[in-house]
Amino acid sequence: MHIPDGFIDGKTAATAAVISFASVGLALRQVRRELPPRKVPLLGLSAAFLFAAQMVNFPVAGGTSGHLVGGALVAALLGPGAAVVVVTTVLIVQCFLFQDGGVLALGANIFNMAIVNSVAGYAIYRLVSRVLPGTRGRLTAIAFAGWSATVLAAICCAGQLAWSGTIAWSAAFPAMTVVHMLIGIGEGVISALVLLAVERARPDLLSAVQKDGGSGRVGGFLGYGLLAVLGIAIFIAPFACSWPDGLDSVAEKFGFVHKTLQPMLTAPVPDYQMPGIHWAVGATAVAGSVGTLIVFAGAMLLGRWLSSKTEKR
Amino acid sequence: MSVHWPGHYHGAGDNLVRRLPATVKLGVALGLILVTVLLPPDQGMWYVAVAGLLFLEMIISRISVLFLAKRLLLLMPFVFGVVLVNALAPTGRVNWRVLAVKSSLCLLTVILAANTTPFSETLRVLKKIRVPALLTTTIALMHRYLFVLADEAERMRRARASRTFTPQRRFQWHALATVVGQLFVRASERAERIYDAMCARGWK
Repeated sequence: MHIPDGFIDGKTAATAAVISFASVGLALRQVRRELPPRKVPLLGLSAAFLFAAQMVNFPVAGGTSGHLVGGALVAALLGPGAAVVVVTTVLIVQCFLFQDGGVLALGANIFNMAIVNSVAGYAIYRLVSRVLPGTRGRLTAIAFAGWSATVLAAICCAGQLAWSGTIAWSAAFPAMTVVHMLIGIGEGVISALVLLAVERARPDLLSAVQKDGGSGRVGGFLGYGLLAVLGIAIFIAPFACSWPDGLDSVAEKFGFVHKTLQPMLTAPVPDYQMPGIHWAVGATAVAGSVGTLIVFAGAMLLGRWLSSKTEKR
Repeated sequence: MSVHWPGHYHGAGDNLVRRLPATVKLGVALGLILVTVLLPPDQGMWYVAVAGLLFLEMIISRISVLFLAKRLLLLMPFVFGVVLVNALAPTGRVNWRVLAVKSSLCLLTVILAANTTPFSETLRVLKKIRVPALLTTTIALMHRYLFVLADEAERMRRARASRTFTPQRRFQWHALATVVGQLFVRASERAERIYDAMCARGWK
């Protein structure tokens, strides 16, 4: 999901960069205020851990393999502010050291993978684990949070690509969503298994976050949480409210429609083409809601199965 | 499981490009990318000019074409995917050829810049432009322990492989996730030791 340079135009990159800049700033402030100095090196080590964990390949059927993205998992292990800082660090190092993800697209990548993924992952994790208590609830929560956070980040990515005019929303949204609804299943299962492994080996590492993650932290979390929601609204809402031609109406409103449409269109079929594609957007939305319910049920089963297996030991 | 390690080229010897100050190099790279991305799409001359400059940089810094091609291929899957979708169903407003040229030029620019600038220099530039200290400390620590933890993951994998028989398919994920979880536990224990070491050396 690392967007390279050239796929995102100036306005999208700038918007994403501003939101990411503000959110990371707020997250840093929260971490500085709430994290004891003892834990400062843990941020760097967790970033190194996440990077190493991402290189562990989990075999999937047919010779392919998947790996962890980890925003939701790190948020569950360290809290949301620390997770934003950790994933941002990983993205910066990936960008400058390994050229994974573009330099101008860094803001967009940070927004999708560090902010949306961690914040949404953490919010869902807290919410579900409050409703379903105990180890079983936590495992269900992290599995579901891992899946939802992955899908949400992918949708934001699709929104940014569409807003830049790289791919139309009607093609990007179904493609990204469907692919990541599948990838997300792996993410959810791996996150649950890793959380279980940590909980077994060092339950004290988790209990620290569970305890102070409750009330005192809401104020700090709110700032960049709202920024994440604002960003999602900016990147997705224009397409969601009037699906077929949301992009064009936005373009018209801002007055860059004539500027963008003339020189580069060599497309034989302009914006309105096969009705199948518009249908695909609606179908993806419906399938998405059904899929979410199924995944939640699956997460509950996974949580029950894993926790019962642990108790037997 | 295999831990697969993205290649990073530290370059041989001393040359003009490597001697340039990091600020200049990164600044120029950023400028090139900025103009390439923001320019309207039909600027053939600019693309040729950038390509020429990058070629010159490649020659001077003695980075092999093979290495560049390998890195580029490794990083291209996302580009290929999007370009393919765009070429088959041209629903976007941008021509897929322009897209492919733009993103490969930007990628090459960053690959060359990164492989002629040691990461510690990049970190110094980040400090100079006032990136918050907490973030630069985290980045520095991550860069320091990245390779250590990756080795540790590989060692743990080997230890498991030598003691258990090849795990059954259904339990493979469980075994791998345990390795990852254990890696986090070890990382946090190491973080505590590092904190003590930092304090002993007068950190605050």
